[in-house]
Amino acid sequence: MRHIISILIENEAGALSRVAGLFSARGYNIESLCVAPTVDETLSRMTLVTRGDEQIIEQIIKQLNKLIDVVKVQDMADAPHIERELMLIKVQALEGSRNEVYRLAEIFRGQIIDVSESSYTIQMVGPGHKLDAFVTALGAIPVVEIVRSGALGVARGPRGMTVPDA
Amino acid sequence: MELSGGQILVECLKAEGVDAVFGYPGGAVLHIYDALFQQEQVKHILVRHEQGAVHMADGYARATGKPGVVLVTSGPGATNAITGIATAHMDSIPLVVITGQVPTSLIGNDAFQEVDSVGITRPCVKHNFLVKDVRDIAATMKKAFYIATTGRPGPVVVDIPKDVTDPRVIVPFEYPASVSLRSYHPTVKGHSGQIRKAIDLIVNAERPMIYSGGGVIIGRAAEQLTRFARLLNYPITNTLMGLGAYPASDRQFLGMLGMHGTYEANMGMHHCDVLIAIGARFDDRVTGNLAKFCPTAKIVHIDIDPASISKNVVVDVPIVGSVKSVLEEMLPLIEDAGGAKQPEALAAWWAQIAQWRDMRCLDFKTNGEVIKPQYVVQKVWEITHGDAYVTSDVGQHQMWAAQYYGFDKPNRWINSGGLGTMGFGLPAALGVKFAYPEEEVVCVTGEGSIQMCIQELSTALQYHLPIKVVSLNNRYLGMVRQWQEFFYSGRYAMSYMEALPDFVKLAESYGHVGMRIEKASDVEAALREAFAMRDRLVFMDFQTDPTENVYPMVPAGAGLNEMILV
Repeated sequence: MRHIISILIENEAGALSRVAGLFSARGYNIESLCVAPTVDETLSRMTLVTRGDEQIIEQIIKQLNKLIDVVKVQDMADAPHIERELMLIKVQALEGSRNEVYRLAEIFRGQIIDVSESSYTIQMVGPGHKLDAFVTALGAIPVVEIVRSGALGVARGPRGMTVPDA
Repeated sequence: MELSGGQILVECLKAEGVDAVFGYPGGAVLHIYDALFQQEQVKHILVRHEQGAVHMADGYARATGKPGVVLVTSGPGATNAITGIATAHMDSIPLVVITGQVPTSLIGNDAFQEVDSVGITRPCVKHNFLVKDVRDIAATMKKAFYIATTGRPGPVVVDIPKDVTDPRVIVPFEYPASVSLRSYHPTVKGHSGQIRKAIDLIVNAERPMIYSGGGVIIGRAAEQLTRFARLLNYPITNTLMGLGAYPASDRQFLGMLGMHGTYEANMGMHHCDVLIAIGARFDDRVTGNLAKFCPTAKIVHIDIDPASISKNVVVDVPIVGSVKSVLEEMLPLIEDAGGAKQPEALAAWWAQIAQWRDMRCLDFKTNGEVIKPQYVVQKVWEITHGDAYVTSDVGQHQMWAAQYYGFDKPNRWINSGGLGTMGFGLPAALGVKFAYPEEEVVCVTGEGSIQMCIQELSTALQYHLPIKVVSLNNRYLGMVRQWQEFFYSGRYAMSYMEALPDFVKLAESYGHVGMRIEKASDVEAALREAFAMRDRLVFMDFQTDPTENVYPMVPAGAGLNEMILV
């Protein structure tokens, strides 16, 4: 099963390699990994998408918790949550297909953020499957390049990921 | 107090009560060595190879329970230490390893003797640090000792660039009184609901089995474990790492389990209805084929490391906590429950175990004057009254030492169980002897393993560490040869040790006593003579039977009930 795992980790040199190293050393799969600072500048938040059966996901969470720099780990699947991913996609937009690309982008609530004589660059936000659906919908229209952020997740409701006291 | 980085480091060691550092100097740590040289309290043991330094600190830590401390230089100093660090990591041994690093201004420039020590050690440490500012040394050292020794212990590397210990840079020093990390809270106390659930399962067991491991030794819980087993009158087996946690001479003890475990221990595991796993991690050498492991058992698992629980074998009642604390909590609850509740079933179970014991799986055939390695270990046990500190290397001799030297006390059996590091035994023995100069320390080894760290015989002379080396020399890499005999139709690829040195002369050239023993009838007298030389290191080269194999054996992929007996 696909899981989105959120990690709060001390914002220190090498933090990313500890997490990435754990996954490669133990043979866990990483579909995407996103790292950025948080409101608290001493912490980074990682959002990691992985796949595995229940036992593997449990081990992943335990092994992440075992890393000394990891402050908190949360499996988004444990509670209702929102998943979003950003995609920047550059599509060939020539005379014959220009209108079609524009229309599809509108249907999928994408924004055209760059225009050239032969291309549109579209920004689109949504859960991963929506972005996949847009790419499929383009059909035969050639894609020049795709840049995706990897999934981000946040729990629904008023509560955030809290940091335990020292 | 205003001090330089080197002085601060030494003060940190003093504050932690460190009495010895095992190390080897080099360019990046010269400032630290200069500070060490100008004081008396923290002694330094100069090894002959950095791997030896880490194994010595490791042996010291395993025997005393205190963290071992290592000091090596950057680059090759650090890489030579890796095998030792990984060895300690696999067996959860607390170490603080200080590695020198090139000056901060040169990091990343491929400078002379530069290696990314933090990067290269990351997969085999509990944690590591790079100290970039002299003002961070004290707090980092405090954290390093705290992390190394708490929770599930392990090695911590502290990498210190040369400029950070510059004697010209003086800063105020104060050692932190306490440490707390928001990201690190090891669980000590077990969940009381889980403990109650476990007790219910434990006291109602009909065919119980206690399976305990290295966590009981490291967690200093041998006494609690012994009370627990005796209170219930349940059979108990120890893993290779757990030997000595329960007295081997006790009637409830079934011996070691696993690949070279006893028939009664492995059959007991296979047929039990409640398995009580205590400070053990269901290693593949213990479980055999996971699909065939304990098919009829409900499993209780007590471990300080949540990640050890349900990693290899899914358990029914997990309890996260220190073995000592959880057992302390369980003992009165078992008493309140009136102890074990199935006396008839238990009696039948003990009768079944007696039948398995009657197989006498550790008996071995003697053959005139050919020296049987098992016999040598038995005689060592006799002559040392079963009370020596015994270290070993890795291979057949390790298994024979584990099988035939019955340990009645914890911390006496010191070997590389997880990583299986040849070369561990000699330096580890020296570390133990340094800690306990009055105790008998024996390194049981083979002619293959001993050559992997033999240079430390020189360290033994310099620091007067008169251990006894019992080398079971069968002229083969015996365990390799055994597998080649069983599984490769006797094609002994590269397992014969040609061109061996004369170990007697070798020992003598290092300033020690060497003995070569070739006949079974000479074994006992030779051992008595060697052990009578209290203040000399004696290297005993026993010419043992090259065809002898370690039995019983659970072949890889088999279940614990599918053993080769002879």
